[in-house]
Amino acid sequence: MEKATDLLSSSQSFFSLKSLKLKTKQQELLLRISILGLVYILAFITRLFSVLRYESMIHEFDPYFNYRTTLYLTQKGFYEFWNWFDSESWYPLGRIIGGTLYPGLMVTAAFIYWILRFLRFAVHIREVCVLTAPFFASNTTLVAYFFGKELWDTGAGLVAAALIAICPGYISRSVAGSYDNEGVAIFALLLTFYLFVKAVKTGSLAWSLGSALGYFYMVSAWGGYVFIINLIPLYVLVLLVVGRYSMRLYVAYNCMYILGMLLAMQIRFVGFQHVQSGEHMAAMGVFFLMQVFYFLDWVKHLLNDQKLFQAFLRITLTCAISVGVIALGVGTASGYISPWTGRFYSLLDPTYAKDHIPIIASVSEHQPTAWSSFMFDFHILLILFPAGLYFCFKRLSDATIFIVMYGLTSMYFAGVMVRLILVATPAVCLISAIAVSATIKNLSLLVRAKTKPTQAGSGKGTTSTKASSKGALDQSLPYQKNGAIALLVGAFYLLTRYAIHCTWVTSEAYSSPSIVLAARGAHGNRVIFDDYREAYFWLRQNTPQDAKVMSWWDYGYQITAMGNRTVIVDNNTWNNTHIATVGRAMSSYEDEAYEIMRSLDVDYVLVVFGGVTGYSSDDINKFLWMVRIGGGVFPVIKEPDYLVNGEYRVDKGAAPKMLNCLMYKLSYYRFGELTTEYGQPPGYDRARGVEIGNKDIKLEYLEEAFTTSNWIVRIYKVKAPKNRW
Amino acid sequence: MKIRLYLLFSFFVLLAQWSPALSDLVISKVDRKIDLTSQVVRVTANLKIENTGNDPISEVLLPFGDHQAKDLAFLVATTSEGKGKTKTSSSSLPIKLVNPEGMPPSLTWYSVSLPKELAKGQSLNLEVRTAFTHALQPFPEKITQADIQLLVFQGSAYYISPYAVNVQSLSVKLPEPKVESYTKLENTKFSGSEIKYGPYENLPPFSFSHIAVHFVSNKPFAVAQELVREIEVSHWGNVQITEHYNLVNAGARSSGEFSRLEYQARPHLRGASSFGHLVAKLPPRAHSIYYRDEIGNISTSNLWGDSSKTLLQIEPRYPMFGGWKTSFTIGYGLPLRDYLFRAEGKRFLNISFGCPIEEVVVENLVVKVVLPEGSKDISVSVPFPVKESRDTKFSNLDMIGRPVVVLEKTNAVHEHNQYFQVYYRFSNLSLLREPMMLISGFFFLFLACIIYMHADLTISKSSPSYLAKLQWDEVQTALQQIQSIMNHCLGIHDKLEASLRDLSRTGDVQACKAARKSADNMLKELLKDLKPLLSFLQSSPLSASLYSKVEDVVAKEKELQEKLIVKHTTVTDSYEKKSGGRDIENRIAPIQQRIRALRQEVDDLLEIIDEI
Repeated sequence: MEKATDLLSSSQSFFSLKSLKLKTKQQELLLRISILGLVYILAFITRLFSVLRYESMIHEFDPYFNYRTTLYLTQKGFYEFWNWFDSESWYPLGRIIGGTLYPGLMVTAAFIYWILRFLRFAVHIREVCVLTAPFFASNTTLVAYFFGKELWDTGAGLVAAALIAICPGYISRSVAGSYDNEGVAIFALLLTFYLFVKAVKTGSLAWSLGSALGYFYMVSAWGGYVFIINLIPLYVLVLLVVGRYSMRLYVAYNCMYILGMLLAMQIRFVGFQHVQSGEHMAAMGVFFLMQVFYFLDWVKHLLNDQKLFQAFLRITLTCAISVGVIALGVGTASGYISPWTGRFYSLLDPTYAKDHIPIIASVSEHQPTAWSSFMFDFHILLILFPAGLYFCFKRLSDATIFIVMYGLTSMYFAGVMVRLILVATPAVCLISAIAVSATIKNLSLLVRAKTKPTQAGSGKGTTSTKASSKGALDQSLPYQKNGAIALLVGAFYLLTRYAIHCTWVTSEAYSSPSIVLAARGAHGNRVIFDDYREAYFWLRQNTPQDAKVMSWWDYGYQITAMGNRTVIVDNNTWNNTHIATVGRAMSSYEDEAYEIMRSLDVDYVLVVFGGVTGYSSDDINKFLWMVRIGGGVFPVIKEPDYLVNGEYRVDKGAAPKMLNCLMYKLSYYRFGELTTEYGQPPGYDRARGVEIGNKDIKLEYLEEAFTTSNWIVRIYKVKAPKNRW
Repeated sequence: MKIRLYLLFSFFVLLAQWSPALSDLVISKVDRKIDLTSQVVRVTANLKIENTGNDPISEVLLPFGDHQAKDLAFLVATTSEGKGKTKTSSSSLPIKLVNPEGMPPSLTWYSVSLPKELAKGQSLNLEVRTAFTHALQPFPEKITQADIQLLVFQGSAYYISPYAVNVQSLSVKLPEPKVESYTKLENTKFSGSEIKYGPYENLPPFSFSHIAVHFVSNKPFAVAQELVREIEVSHWGNVQITEHYNLVNAGARSSGEFSRLEYQARPHLRGASSFGHLVAKLPPRAHSIYYRDEIGNISTSNLWGDSSKTLLQIEPRYPMFGGWKTSFTIGYGLPLRDYLFRAEGKRFLNISFGCPIEEVVVENLVVKVVLPEGSKDISVSVPFPVKESRDTKFSNLDMIGRPVVVLEKTNAVHEHNQYFQVYYRFSNLSLLREPMMLISGFFFLFLACIIYMHADLTISKSSPSYLAKLQWDEVQTALQQIQSIMNHCLGIHDKLEASLRDLSRTGDVQACKAARKSADNMLKELLKDLKPLLSFLQSSPLSASLYSKVEDVVAKEKELQEKLIVKHTTVTDSYEKKSGGRDIENRIAPIQQRIRALRQEVDDLLEIIDEI
């Protein structure tokens, strides 16, 4: 706008060609805005692969719950949503939805929906939900730009925006249809950090308040807010230790912490955790430490006597620390402060979950990250990250210290759990952007320095005096210009490879909805396995309204959302015993399982079976986790009973208990009569590549109710008990 | 079942006692054909009626038993003239529900008005076509996956009529030549897939003889419990049709296990009673066709077609066994010009009413016609009785909502797939309303942006930072003005140079002098403008660092100006003195060099100022 009016006024004065030409500054602004606009659009459209390739649908497991609750929110209103007791899940316990979820995502989507409705756009809530994640990813690029600008300069900001727009680590959780908390949470996380850094830089209450609001949004959206409430105190502590304490920091942290805490308490799921749980105590400790620091500063100012102050300092510090320790000790002992949760421990110690909480360890996205997935998700950023750290250390400021700490801690967490790569992505992108921007700037200065020596020296003000002086120094080197050009071409090539890699990964790996499976047919045509929806829709249409479905917890959200039927357990794994009961039923003999199912009022049992299609993430492959989780609560179930010499098998050599447990029977019922692959005996399991061991399965207490066309989902009806006479 | 049979009997026993001579009408011949090949029972009766009395007759009564009347979905009567292949049938005759006096109350009566009165001794051929839904009962009611479906049809071997019937015959057509049992009366023949009753002669009014046919039928029993068709007219050239189906297989209920293995291996044996696909016959040029349900797109569908139709084969997500339900939505767009016409200043939409899937029976058919926003004077004409109501719908960018005509019909069969018309008035100008709304929306958005950029929204007008910003803005404007003045000066310099070039070409000294004079004046005026700006810059504290550079530029420019004037005068003087070209060049050479250097410096400085 500014540019346009300026252009107008200058062209009014007289019409020579030179005046029509935009001023350098305006050119730069125009360029910057158009690049940002393009990046914004790019971030959105690169996430639409799945919509184009499949359809506008919700992906995966958790998003189905989010979708269902959003639907409820838009239909019944906010208060009904807040007070919703969901009797369709965790039968017979039920679940208090309002008090056990982070409502940020749903409220955001509903809000967008209501705004669009108000503007008279007749959109369906599903479309809004599907496109929420890409929309927020686009917004994240803007935040990344401003953050990069704050950390380094506008160039770095632009590069950061471009890098984060297509970074696979972020795309994996924000493609269209993956309607999950992380979609908006990364935006909120980066926004909070940016505003906090800005607040520390300016010491302004307004920015600090902004960061508190950002934190509130983050708390309302995702449990990952614990990362913020621990990273920011850590950062403040580091600043204190390295002697960068300032009034600006004091204002920023206190305002952000107090307001952020009070706001966060409004979220029912979080409640009083900020003052009661061990994970949040670091923030409170740092808050009190700040006060002590401030007090000491004041006393120092009053005393004017170095020796006296030293003594005073010693006494105060000892008192403060001992009071803190005592308070923590008393709080923990009396149970007022809850100890760290298992999830928190498992973040600090990667082996903790495996030994203590099988239910966390059983989820694939909670596994420690392999090197390949780092390479897959970050590509060249992995190399640029250390380079960026080098640049950050070269120009240390409050802001760069923050990004360095953010980068290092999140990289550690990314190594602990696959899914936390997501948290590390913004930091990696920002730091890499600094590396790219600084390198390219230096190189281009070198290239330009020879052609226009006077220009470079005077034109590039203060920001790159170092670089230009270096350029001036290096002028004596031979081939310097050619070398710089070669390096520039190299950087360009690397960035191009990055873009190609990102597009490829997005298209191939992260854009499948996982509800619909696609495979290549014999003639290269695409074959679609839509078995999940076939089964869920069958449940929805052809079972009684109040039927209870038992399945492994992975499918719980989908069954309630798409099948509209009550489930025993679902993906909100809040009650381990209940899940263990289901695990026990699945791993017992049919008659024992029947007793358990009768006691749980189960009408239908749903199992996922990949033996016909070769779909490997089916229930037989997950079965050992059922045994482990079941055995964790009910010692009757012993893992060795299902293994032969520590080996898990389903063929003739399998353990007898394995061959006769409910899960095996339900998966392989009548499978022994089916020929799946040419040249193999009937009953050849394609997912595991073996002929099954028990081909003659008779069911006594259950009957086959429905099996989908590719046998992926099999539903059994639990028969009513036999008449006594 | 048995109770119903019993009721049927008792009712007709009652009826038989009740046989008053109604009129002098005699039916001389009745040929009835009952078609049981689909789930809809279609009965075609060819009546030859004769007036034996004295009074001319204009109405013929058609009675139906109550159980039949309930299932009656469609009834049409036509007169036909001629015989055999040359038979021509006229348009359908008006039929109304009547309640004649002195007739058994348990019958439902329809009266057909004849096209012209039937005088004494005259005869007329009448063709009555009826369709009954739910007239076939599965028996047994529950079957397993492997069983075949058996149906029972019950009816009368004689034509029930208030008139005496001279000769009559009945043929029942079955879907397959397999029959479990059928009522055997005299003159009953079973051949192929047809059972023939009759001919029977000289039967009194209200003759009845119960027959039941128990036969094999694996025809799809697709019943749409509800079908909502939404026809949305857009004057931008599209008619969008969306059909929501709630489908059930109303045949014998499936019980026991469903085995996918059996179904896959032998679909015709183990699953004969189920149906796996339906074919919707859409109009030609249908486009943007989709097939989905509440949880997403259904990928199993096929589409093909030619110039007269588009065939959409849809497969439900799972095979439909008896009692299984499904629901789905089909949508497609049609070109507007094929369906919207103008007549007498009104527009009318002419489009088909019923379900495009032939074999589906619709229990509740709701047709909603959504007209564009601002349509007036809406009226509907449907060839059969329907329940009509009005509604409004809000779609994209609607302010008052679109008027919706809601038409409801129960028990709709394929015969109801007739064209109906919706008349309305709509001004073409209303068409532009929504684009205009969008345009004005964006206009106001930009306007708001412009206002925001230019308005001063600062709360505290006296805060130092605000004042500093104001001052800085002033400095910047001053700088810009200086720049533009400088550029002006440079432009004038260029003009001077140009005049010199002209001089060398034309040798017109006077013109050149005049040019110098005017340039001189202009430069002086510009200098006048420059002075206050320079003094402002000097006084402003913010521009202290800039001032030196600006001063530099101004000084350089002044020098440049002077040199140019000197050069100009030198050249003109030499021309006046008629000196040689070389001489002039020699004389101005040092000045020329200086000018070039100065010009370069001024340009550079201006660029630096520009970057501030």
